[in-house]
Amino acid sequence: MSSKISAGGGPIVEVAELTREFGRRRAVVGVSFALSAGECLALFGPNGAGKTTLLRVLAGLLRPTSGDARISGIPLPGGPPARARVGLISHRNMLYEALSARENVAFAARLYGVSDADERVEASLQRMSMLERADAPVRSLSRGMQQRVSIARAMVHSPQLVLADEPYSGLDESGARALTTLLRELRSSGTAVIVVTHNLSEGLSLATHAAMMQRGRFIRYEAVDRIDAVAYATSYREALAGD
Amino acid sequence: MTDTLRDAWVIARKDLSIEFRTRSAFFSAVVFALLGLVIFYFAWDPTAVSVTDLAPGVLWVIFTFSGLLGLHRSFGIEIQDHAIDGLLASPISRESIFLGKVTANLIFVAAVQLVAIPALVLFYNLPLGDVFAPLIAIAILAAVGLVAVGTLFSAMAINTRLAELLLPMLSLPFFVPIVIAASQSTAKLLSGRPVAEAGAWIKLLLAFDIVFVAISTLAYRFTVDD
Repeated sequence: MSSKISAGGGPIVEVAELTREFGRRRAVVGVSFALSAGECLALFGPNGAGKTTLLRVLAGLLRPTSGDARISGIPLPGGPPARARVGLISHRNMLYEALSARENVAFAARLYGVSDADERVEASLQRMSMLERADAPVRSLSRGMQQRVSIARAMVHSPQLVLADEPYSGLDESGARALTTLLRELRSSGTAVIVVTHNLSEGLSLATHAAMMQRGRFIRYEAVDRIDAVAYATSYREALAGD
Repeated sequence: MTDTLRDAWVIARKDLSIEFRTRSAFFSAVVFALLGLVIFYFAWDPTAVSVTDLAPGVLWVIFTFSGLLGLHRSFGIEIQDHAIDGLLASPISRESIFLGKVTANLIFVAAVQLVAIPALVLFYNLPLGDVFAPLIAIAILAAVGLVAVGTLFSAMAINTRLAELLLPMLSLPFFVPIVIAASQSTAKLLSGRPVAEAGAWIKLLLAFDIVFVAISTLAYRFTVDD
């Protein structure tokens, strides 16, 4: 690995009875799951179900109120060693609009201590078909292109765990295809992925496990190969209606 | 420690690149400083107040308020598109982020001073002569303290709706001791007293710098870790 990540065995993500509260509001309640290398969890649920909060806890941006969460065995909030293993994609692009696409990705590479930074930056941008516009300021790019740069930024340090919060937001068809291909490649190269999406078919086609969240809890959690897609869609609609 | 400083420089370089591209905060601060000098100049009655009594106050008032423009922008660029999440989710320490912001803000304030001090000398026809080097030392010491405290409060205020109001309201009480020490030592120098007479104020500035930089660096993580 060419970044601040050092090798570690065991599951990539272990979460046990994780709860996160904001004052008296419980955003995540007693969530438990584990994810090994190459596995992907698709996270579904209505707005405000706690999906983004769960991802923010795993990204080290929020502290768990109670319970246990570990990234490669490091209890969260695990500081730099845990954060170095994670790549975060959000529907907010987390870019600096005055800098170019290349500068944004290169800045991320420096933050993560990527040693062969120049090559990795080019490879990340190429993977998201952004080399042609790499020197354009981010502010001049379309919403979809900004999302591609944001994905390139999150991948530049080869994370062991990718947290993708509505990553398809703003992407056109070719961008969405590139992202799906990328997430599949990441899985096959041993990266664990957690993807939050409202697109059931996309999520289920990518994932090895699926969880449905409602009011902070996992109301369903199972392996995708045991899921009947039609029944699952009905269950999802009920969750949306009942929220 | 080396990693902390290296990462801090990565942050500072990024902030300076953005400011170099946009130049919005720099131009605002320089124009504000020059306007301040002009207004004070026309409000000044040289028969009632001597230039050596007036100039230190003018200098530190314009530094303090023009510096606030840069300090506000420091975390403003992180809030747009939630870039701060990218920083906080990266493996660099919270101290690196803070020190990087302080470094960029310090260079910003120094750049404003580079324009404002010669302008002050020209407007008020100040006899700098031998006091130029000690005056620069005082300006640097004061800037370190102002920037350390201001950067911390900028981080605290930026997520609020009234950030532009809250930043000066939180910062100014902490700026007071620095501004007093800086203007007193500047006044001693401009009135032709030996540098040694300003020594006590300069030591006080140094003490404030050490305390403010240390406390602000340690306190920063509590403003971002939720």
